[in-house]
Amino acid sequence: MMEETNTARGRYWQANLRCVSVLLSIWFFVSYGCGILLRDWLDANFPKIGTAPFGFWMAQQGAIISFVLILIAYAFWMKKLDTQFEVDEGEGR
Amino acid sequence: MSQDTWNFLFIGLSFALYIGIAFKSRAASTKEYYIAGGGVSPFANGMATAADWMSAATFISMAGVLAVDGYDGSRYLMGWTGGFVLLTVLMVPFLRKFGKATVPDFIGDRYYSKAARLVAVICAIFICLTYIMGQMRGVGVVFSQLFNIGIPLGVLIGSSIVFLYAGLGGMKGITYTQVAQYCVMAFSYTIPAIFIAIAMTNNVIPQLGFIGEYTNSEPAVPFLVKLNQINADLGFSYYTSGSLSTIDMFCITAALMCGTAGLPHVIVRFFTVKNVKAVRTSACWTLSFIAVIYLTAPTIGAFARVNLIESLDGKNKEELPSWFAQFEETKQMVWEDKNGDGMVQYRGPEKIKAGEENELTFGKDIMVMANPHMAGLPQWVIALLMAGCIAAALSTAAGLLLVLSTSISHDLMKKVIKPELSDKEEIRWARGASLGALLVAAYFGINPPSAFVAKTVAFAFGLAASSFFPTLVMGIFSRRMNKEGAIAGMVAGITFTLGYIIYFQFMGGTKDQYLFGISPEGIGFLGMFVNFIVAAVVASLTPKPPEEIRELIERVRTPGTNS
Repeated sequence: MMEETNTARGRYWQANLRCVSVLLSIWFFVSYGCGILLRDWLDANFPKIGTAPFGFWMAQQGAIISFVLILIAYAFWMKKLDTQFEVDEGEGR
Repeated sequence: MSQDTWNFLFIGLSFALYIGIAFKSRAASTKEYYIAGGGVSPFANGMATAADWMSAATFISMAGVLAVDGYDGSRYLMGWTGGFVLLTVLMVPFLRKFGKATVPDFIGDRYYSKAARLVAVICAIFICLTYIMGQMRGVGVVFSQLFNIGIPLGVLIGSSIVFLYAGLGGMKGITYTQVAQYCVMAFSYTIPAIFIAIAMTNNVIPQLGFIGEYTNSEPAVPFLVKLNQINADLGFSYYTSGSLSTIDMFCITAALMCGTAGLPHVIVRFFTVKNVKAVRTSACWTLSFIAVIYLTAPTIGAFARVNLIESLDGKNKEELPSWFAQFEETKQMVWEDKNGDGMVQYRGPEKIKAGEENELTFGKDIMVMANPHMAGLPQWVIALLMAGCIAAALSTAAGLLLVLSTSISHDLMKKVIKPELSDKEEIRWARGASLGALLVAAYFGINPPSAFVAKTVAFAFGLAASSFFPTLVMGIFSRRMNKEGAIAGMVAGITFTLGYIIYFQFMGGTKDQYLFGISPEGIGFLGMFVNFIVAAVVASLTPKPPEEIRELIERVRTPGTNS
């Protein structure tokens, strides 16, 4: 995507895109990766979670837990960017 | 006290609570009606969104689907939660910054075109109508069982309650009732799971019992091993291994995720919080509240399956538990003694192939409802569960109704047909529209077009995934996307998805004709790509969007600026 990087807004947007792409890569990996594409291999080769096969557990529990963590990371990361680039909204509207 | 008394008590109390809250916080202006004044706390909005999102179908059927499908059921678990990640990082903060009341509002302004707005309104109405029909049907079924009335009367009672607080109270009215409804749902869903986990695995936390030991046998065996063994003995495939092809599983999960991220009634809930930062926090709360239920669902499904089979299979008439008769009476469980040996035989496809007969049939919906009975839980737990189920149906129906009514009053009347509408008149239109929409939904709830309702869920998600999701994402992330591209993309995506679903669901297409082996449930994912590609090609051949649109995009992308 072609965006200008010389203005503060442009840099903020670039930083935002980096944040989104990192988090979405994790999102893809835990759900489609571990839960679907690599499941059989993980079931066979990875240590069990309790008594559940790893891939199966990821698909039924692990992915959901990861999603919550991803959103928490997003909120903190973006808050940091807002302060850094001085686009923070403050407390009012 | 009898079960009926308990049911009346719990449901009556919860209704009084909802209507009381709605009456206290009814809306006076369009801003309150559409977005609850825009000052809801992230925590409260999180609960409300969770209640809005989890429908009667999720509440009643999901655990049952998981019990029957095993690993394959994960597509719903991941699809309906993972969508919130997409929704949060790609859309809602920016749409909140844009600061208008509805999704077609954004599409209409961003793509500077009434035609785009109109296409969006039609999509919104279609998605919400197909969805709300199922909810009204669900309310009707529960009421009819509870009070021994016909389903039509049940649907009518449900509709009037929804109209009373959603139609009149608007977003402000439904927000705080949804908070109360979430609490009812969460308690009623998790309490039976905890009891049953203690009974089967000696573990208070169901999620740990699920990956722990099954302690009802000597010696204790890992719970999932026990479950796989039971399945295999009866001729089903292993619980932990799926039967869907990897590509189909992938596409269905993706279609559900992108569809979730494109559902208008979920998106608008995030317009009710104060600012962009509050949207992000609120999204964390929302997904956490949803996770409480979604992490419990697979445990309920798995426990219930073991319990059900252990207490029914191979038993004769005297040994059958007393709750079995109750469900037999309502035809939710049917036992035909085909081989005449006086015992129940529950058999899966492998054994049937080998010449044995399956004598037990039951609806997938039964697991959650039968769970407390099977675990021998006290009557008030069952009453709480009934109240939770109704809460699930009402909260979703209310959220959908709101989008329907605002689509008509705001996007259609105010923005397209009659711009000089005053604030007061607009609310009147909204209330009238919600009544109209509810009547249509109630009609289809009473007379469902055969198995149509179940199939239309695929429509709703497929449509949302192939229309709203790509169009909104491109509207925010691409400055080059123009109205020609967006409209062409939406139309192409919808046409492709609708065509595929209609061909296979209603015109007798067969499985071996599937494109790349993708079932209609997952086709929205491909439809999404069709939308993206068509939009990109058309946009590159047509003029750039005007300068003020580029300004608008800049403004939407940065939180703290008002310019």
